Amino acid sequence: MDRRKFIKITGITLAGVTLGMGDSLFGKVYASPQNVKRWAMVIDIGVCLKNPECRDCVDACVLTHNIPDFNNRKDEVKWIWKARYGDVFHDSALELTKERLPSIPIPVLCNHCENPPCVKVCPTKATWKREDGIVMMDYHRCIGCRYCMAACPYGARSFNWREPRPYIKKINPDYPTRTKGVVEKCSLCEERIALNKLPACVEACKHKGMALVDTSAGRLDSYPSIKDRHIIARKTHLGTKPRVYYVL
Amino acid sequence: MDKTQQEGRSLWVWLCLLLILILSGFSCYLIQLREGLSITGMGRDVSWGLYIANFTFLVGVAASAVMVVLPYYIHNYKAFGKITVLGEFLAVSAVLMAILFVFVDLGEPSRVLNIILHPSPRSLLFWDVFVLSGYLILNLLVAWQTLKAEEHSEPTPKWLKPFVLISIPWAVSIHTVTAFIYSGLGARPFWLTALLAPRFLASAFASGPAMLLLLCMIIKRTTGFDAGRQAIEKLVQIMTYALIINIFFFLVELFTVFYSAIPEHTEHFRIMLKEPPYAVYIWFSLILSWLSAFFLLYSGTRKNEWVFMGASIAIIISIWIEKGVGFVVTGFIPSPLNELPSYSPTIPEILISIGIYALGFLFLTIFYRFSIKIKIKKG
Repeated sequence: MDRRKFIKITGITLAGVTLGMGDSLFGKVYASPQNVKRWAMVIDIGVCLKNPECRDCVDACVLTHNIPDFNNRKDEVKWIWKARYGDVFHDSALELTKERLPSIPIPVLCNHCENPPCVKVCPTKATWKREDGIVMMDYHRCIGCRYCMAACPYGARSFNWREPRPYIKKINPDYPTRTKGVVEKCSLCEERIALNKLPACVEACKHKGMALVDTSAGRLDSYPSIKDRHIIARKTHLGTKPRVYYVL
Repeated sequence: MDKTQQEGRSLWVWLCLLLILILSGFSCYLIQLREGLSITGMGRDVSWGLYIANFTFLVGVAASAVMVVLPYYIHNYKAFGKITVLGEFLAVSAVLMAILFVFVDLGEPSRVLNIILHPSPRSLLFWDVFVLSGYLILNLLVAWQTLKAEEHSEPTPKWLKPFVLISIPWAVSIHTVTAFIYSGLGARPFWLTALLAPRFLASAFASGPAMLLLLCMIIKRTTGFDAGRQAIEKLVQIMTYALIINIFFFLVELFTVFYSAIPEHTEHFRIMLKEPPYAVYIWFSLILSWLSAFFLLYSGTRKNEWVFMGASIAIIISIWIEKGVGFVVTGFIPSPLNELPSYSPTIPEILISIGIYALGFLFLTIFYRFSIKIKIKKG
């Protein structure tokens, strides 16, 4: 065993230990970024079911990432937003279960797929998947052909149909603003993760309904707080392997 | 005023009209450059519209040149000798327009060279740029050399033959790659069909010859250059068969979609066939196709010049709708989140599109003017 491999295994074991120790999954970082092999997001729909009016995750993201508001659906830019459960999971319609569920708004965002179709179709490599699984965007290389938007099965990508800067309510100087003509999307707050911080949406969720986890460190159901619960993801039949998991 | 004078005058009127349309399109494009693509009808959900629809249609027109090149060069079908160059120049103009339509659709056109600077062979768009530019060069080369030889009353140079032969599968490739842009996306069930490339080719081989046929008729009336009865009848035949195959492919598609009844497939078709405004366009397109097929097959009407000219116009309109509203736009409805977004092109978007067509026809007029002068001079 060489040195690197040893460090890697120790790292994973350490992360595993952290996992075993925690009694709750939500609202914590479970591994140090250096050791992470595969980030994923877990969203507790039960929490959203109890708080249908809550928009903390969306608002935090808008503030953190300088997302403009054009007050116009056509030109809309969104990284994380809330959509009805029945629309998010319309392919697996649960007509006879939980009466209220289909109408409940739940957060949707880029799934940071294991096999991202957007990355495959990009003609300039302006979008790519990092080793830790985060699907990234280079706003300076994107030519705005929008092929990635056509290829994304989740509608997670937005285009800057117009100059966004005048429509940003309060500019966060710590994060770049974008220009018209390029595509953007959720970055899983890679800039925060690099500083060992939680993504803005996860941190903002006062009901502790969201979590960032390293899926290479263990099975999802090994987390005590979701052990016996049903875990689903969007459009898994497409083989994109989405990494945003919803816990029912 | 004698005939040549009159001819010259109508040519100038035509060129001025084209110039005005080009300028109006160009000024709208300048507005689009300043304001962004928000001035179009496209939006977050329907993120491709009129531009990409026209691109798709025109790649088909370009590919259809193979329908005159193939019989002439491979089967030595002499009747096409007079119009092969016209077919090739139509292809050149169509490719130019297609490329321009992609260009005006870009959000950051100044970065277009990134496609070459960061080549991404996994992207079909990369391959499309490659095959389209190759096809443009091939057709320019072949048409140019053929004309040059004709002018000097020499046989076409021997070295040209391999380029002619390559241009045949190359024509098929441009529309196949364009179909693959769509048919490889799991995200859009409406486009996700292996039948797409064959359908694209069938509709192209109907609409392309239809356009060439109309152009031949216009040329005959304006310059007196006659492509010949035999060539015209052959074009009508090709167009008829391709149209029927296209109708068949569409019905085959309907069977799989509705018999399997998988909601994510049927939903797009239901919207296309039942929801206005889309359904209005689609039914108009379908009826034009079916009527054209009928009149082109029926022995009492198919030899009538007015009938096949009318049918050509009908086929061009029908297939333009089929590949535009009926294909590109409907593919985005419903959205991945099950919403029903709407799309209609804006005035600037339409003017930019018309401007590109005008520019294409300006090139075509110059090419044809040049070719026909040589052809008439040499008899």
